[in-house]
Amino acid sequence: MIKTVKTGAIAAVMGLMSSAAFAEELHLYNWTDYTSPELLEKFEAETGIKVVVDTYDSNETLLAKLQTGATGYDVVFPSQHFVEIMVKEDLLQKIDIKGMSNYANVVEKFQNPPWDPTQEYSVPWHWGSASVQYRSDLYDGKVESLKEFFEPSDQVNGRLQVFKSADEVFTLASLYLDVPFCTEDPQDAKRILELLKGQKESVLLYSSESMTDRLANGEVVMASAWNGDTMKGRLDANENIVYAFPKEGVVGWFDSIVVPKGASNVEAAKKFLNFMMAPENIAINANFARYATAITGAEDHFEADMVGAPELATPTVPVVFAEACSDKGQKLIEKVWTQLLK
Amino acid sequence: MSTAFEKSARTRWLALSPTYLIIGIFMMIPLCIMIGISFMEQNVYGGVHPNVSFAAYQQILFETDFDENLVFDPSYLVIIGRSLLLAGIATVVTVLVGFPVAYYIARQNERRRNLLIFLVTLPFWTNMLIRIFAWLLILGRGGVIDAPLRFLGVLDADGSLGLLYSPGAVVLGLTYTYLPLMVLPIYASLEKLDFRLVEAAADLYSNKWGAIRHVVIPLTGPGIAAGAILVFIPCMGDFITVDMLGGAKNLMLGTLVQFQFSTARNWPFGSAVAAILLIFVICNMLLYARFTRAERQRSGS
Repeated sequence: MIKTVKTGAIAAVMGLMSSAAFAEELHLYNWTDYTSPELLEKFEAETGIKVVVDTYDSNETLLAKLQTGATGYDVVFPSQHFVEIMVKEDLLQKIDIKGMSNYANVVEKFQNPPWDPTQEYSVPWHWGSASVQYRSDLYDGKVESLKEFFEPSDQVNGRLQVFKSADEVFTLASLYLDVPFCTEDPQDAKRILELLKGQKESVLLYSSESMTDRLANGEVVMASAWNGDTMKGRLDANENIVYAFPKEGVVGWFDSIVVPKGASNVEAAKKFLNFMMAPENIAINANFARYATAITGAEDHFEADMVGAPELATPTVPVVFAEACSDKGQKLIEKVWTQLLK
Repeated sequence: MSTAFEKSARTRWLALSPTYLIIGIFMMIPLCIMIGISFMEQNVYGGVHPNVSFAAYQQILFETDFDENLVFDPSYLVIIGRSLLLAGIATVVTVLVGFPVAYYIARQNERRRNLLIFLVTLPFWTNMLIRIFAWLLILGRGGVIDAPLRFLGVLDADGSLGLLYSPGAVVLGLTYTYLPLMVLPIYASLEKLDFRLVEAAADLYSNKWGAIRHVVIPLTGPGIAAGAILVFIPCMGDFITVDMLGGAKNLMLGTLVQFQFSTARNWPFGSAVAAILLIFVICNMLLYARFTRAERQRSGS
């Protein structure tokens, strides 16, 4: 009798354990305002895996988190040059992406990209550009040149928001001054610092968050921008927010989904990677975040206002992709940023 | 053969061992790691190379300029100075605001006193980020302060006092955040104060201010000192308030450390700055300890 009770108890405990194992979790660490809640609901419904979301504001923050060791994040979303750095720093897991059932959907020109030439680490997420956005009803210009952003007029004085990321500000400034990205020439860095110091007089705040919110309520009239974020702001908050394509060009970026070492649930992460290569799924997030995808057929699932949106138009100005800098170039970026904010 | 004394000493050690363990594991080990990292070589992509280097400490005073010369660079001293100044101002303001509040509370009857003390601690029940966000709405362009001024015509329809994202906003935020930490210790010492001493001073023809200056303040000195330390130290290291209300435009010690670990990826330097912050804290504590010892000796004699 006692034995039966014991066995029963053991069975009950084992039952509890297996149900705990069934309630799997996927820890997702993504940029702020970049993950569609609807997408996560669909993933949860299809796989029974619960998604836990945490957010960051820059590639640098993400890299710092991963460098500190096992974070427990299963999927993260770095930009192209940070994928390169993370591979070099041995922070990512190799995954058999090409063997996944949905891999064939990846647009051919985005397969085996330069930052992951054998496509062993990254699945495409979204791509777009970084530039400047402004309120067309509060600002007279059209930001035809980055000069209006880096050497702003009185209208923008005290009402300018700039990315709080040395990497992003530095690349945009390099574009304006026609300096190569990741320059190793200290004199170039000096010129960039002078430029940014002049701009700082007009800056209200450095932050990569709530840019369109502040534009919508008129707290700022000009701000750094990512094209999809601007589009979201224009559709949801204020129709006068305009994304600029200045003549010097825009900074291109391509975000991927990767699995860091120390991930707590690699199997769930793999399911997520494959899930995101299905056009109907990535389209849900595109409709939310308002960015282009690298998956064939995703356009068929786009909402009507995505089609012909000025922010998503193919730029007629140069698009220059940010790169991973050498030690020397990286040191210069850091020095300029510290000198700027000292 | 062990004597009773030795036995009791051993029991005492055993009884205290959890404390030593906790302090050892959760405080001393991380501190040692931090100091260790500060003497290592930076890896530009974050992390460290395990080679001994004093570059981090050298960087605090010297910098290779854009022409590759090693020159004296006061940037970080400026940042440390700015932190000291803003934390100092915030501490003085909290004393000026906190003392009358504590005095008022101490003079109420017990029921009211407990209610008021509860109200002082109430903000701690809300997340700090949310409380700082509230200040964004109050100080921001067209916010709670601007709106009525616009209505009254003091400002133009699109005008603003421009209060937010300034050093003033940072001091305000720090004062607001840490005020309870000033009120509580002052209140604790005022509560113990024998108010008959104040009456005695009045009997001896002291006016109100004289009584406060010569009786109340000296007797509540330790409370004020404790409050000042409790406020000053977190102000020096604060980065959320500084970032959100200051617009991240000027670095302070706290934001400098955070910046080294996020954007700059210079762990050794971040650790070195944190070590300096720690030295400030220890100096403060030593000063306080000396102050209270002197106080005790004076009241003892």
